[in-house]
Amino acid sequence: MPDSAGSAITAIDVVKTYGDFTALAGVSIHVEQGECLAVLGPNGAGKTTLTEILEGYRERDSGQASVLGVDPGKPNSAWKARIGIVLQNASDMADLTVGETISNFAKYYPNPANVDEVIGAVGLTEKVDSRNGKLSGGQRRRLDVALGIIGNPEVLFLDEPTTGFDPEARREFWVLIERLKSEGTTILLTTHYLDEAQFLADRVAVIARGRIVAEGVPDSIGDRRNAIVSWTHGGEEYTESTAEPTAFVQQLATQFDGEIPHLSVRRASLEDAYLQLIAQDRDANPHDDVDGTHA
Amino acid sequence: MKALRMGVGRIGIELKQFFRDRESAVFNFLLPMILLVIFGSVFGGQELGDSGITFAQYFVAGMIASGILYTSFQNLAISIPMEREDGTLKRLQGTPMPRSAFFIGKIGMVFVAYVAQVTILIAVGIIFYGLELPTTSLAIFTFVWVSVLGLIACTLLGIAYSVVPKQGKGAAALVSPVVLVLQFTSGVFFVFSDLPQWMQTFASLFPLKWLTQAMRSVFLPDTAAAMEVAGSFELGMTAAVLVIWTVIGAVLATVFFRWTPRGAK
Repeated sequence: MPDSAGSAITAIDVVKTYGDFTALAGVSIHVEQGECLAVLGPNGAGKTTLTEILEGYRERDSGQASVLGVDPGKPNSAWKARIGIVLQNASDMADLTVGETISNFAKYYPNPANVDEVIGAVGLTEKVDSRNGKLSGGQRRRLDVALGIIGNPEVLFLDEPTTGFDPEARREFWVLIERLKSEGTTILLTTHYLDEAQFLADRVAVIARGRIVAEGVPDSIGDRRNAIVSWTHGGEEYTESTAEPTAFVQQLATQFDGEIPHLSVRRASLEDAYLQLIAQDRDANPHDDVDGTHA
Repeated sequence: MKALRMGVGRIGIELKQFFRDRESAVFNFLLPMILLVIFGSVFGGQELGDSGITFAQYFVAGMIASGILYTSFQNLAISIPMEREDGTLKRLQGTPMPRSAFFIGKIGMVFVAYVAQVTILIAVGIIFYGLELPTTSLAIFTFVWVSVLGLIACTLLGIAYSVVPKQGKGAAALVSPVVLVLQFTSGVFFVFSDLPQWMQTFASLFPLKWLTQAMRSVFLPDTAAAMEVAGSFELGMTAAVLVIWTVIGAVLATVFFRWTPRGAK
């Protein structure tokens, strides 16, 4: 395996097709130990396929993959004991209580975390006797994380963990993940929330149509040298991306008598860069539209 | 060893889910008791010919045999597709738990649920319908081996049949007709010897007919053997049929069992 010393997750040129649909067209990523990599991309881009190949759920057609030095295409239970998985939108085991579920899952791992501590860490202490089916969306997701970390994993996979959260629940969730990161857990996060990637990830990989179109620290993604200038005129909103915002605003000021209405000048955000990347990719492949069903 | 320990650890949570899920508790656990009370109240006093045996006694034995089918086959063939759909199986697959532990948990749940159900059925039978507890050790021995062998065969068949419903929703509609048809043709709702020949032949291919017959040997007086089609309870044949279905169930479950929904990529 071409595993560099500190690498927890490596994928090299991984390809996966479902019939005519190419979900992954040769994807390479690596995640260092203790690092958090966010995989960003629109629905159908291949995020879940990539994650589930690395989790050991799906087989790849070709390419190499290694998680903690083991080929995830040949998962064994010793390896599973070292990884934690938080799948997309779960609703299983509705009739068990939070406490019953977590303490039962602790028994599957050779070196589990303390059940009460995990319940506390995910903020479900007051819900320990509640049925899983009665939890709110955010609480249910925190239960999923508890089940993902109960085995003291070295690598944690989080697949769209905060979809459907209200902003406050999202913030609380981020704090929880930050704590895991600070304890040294390697995290592979998929999300389509840019702010989430910005907040949690050390590095970001943008995936579109099964290919990585950009990768790096969040601030390096896309063309971020430009500034975004926006203003209104006659009730219409205008924006301009420019490398020389000062000159542009000066020139703009000459067109207006006095103040430029609703003027703002800001650095291109990760979101701007991301949207630009996705738009470029779409322009490059106009006849190959993604319908979003191949999550 | 590890699998056994984890599997035994799963029995408790399997039972909790079995009894807490209202549909499962009613459909797999309470239904035989409800049917027993209804049929027993309507037809219970009728004597079968001049045998001295009432229909209620005959019916209780049939319901006890049906209990094997309810708690194992019907229970698993409905609940496993739901667990496959809601992600329970996928989640377990992602843990280091050996897969065999999952099946050990299911088998343990089935046995405990059956013991509880059969205890209540027998109690109701004794109190209201003139059922008599078996007194000879041979009858008790028959009851135990028929129950154990029947549960093993029907558990495996339930695990195998769990691939038939594509979705959790609607699984009951594909499972309960099987159970109902077998009950009608195997001497539960009707006296077996009164059924048309072709129906008897059909039922003889499946386990329930043999389970009901064996349970009658346990709970009815020896004279009832004369009412059987063969003139005896054919316990040797019962054992043979159950062993054959155990092997069939094991093969089908091994070959066809799925952890992921059909069509999942």
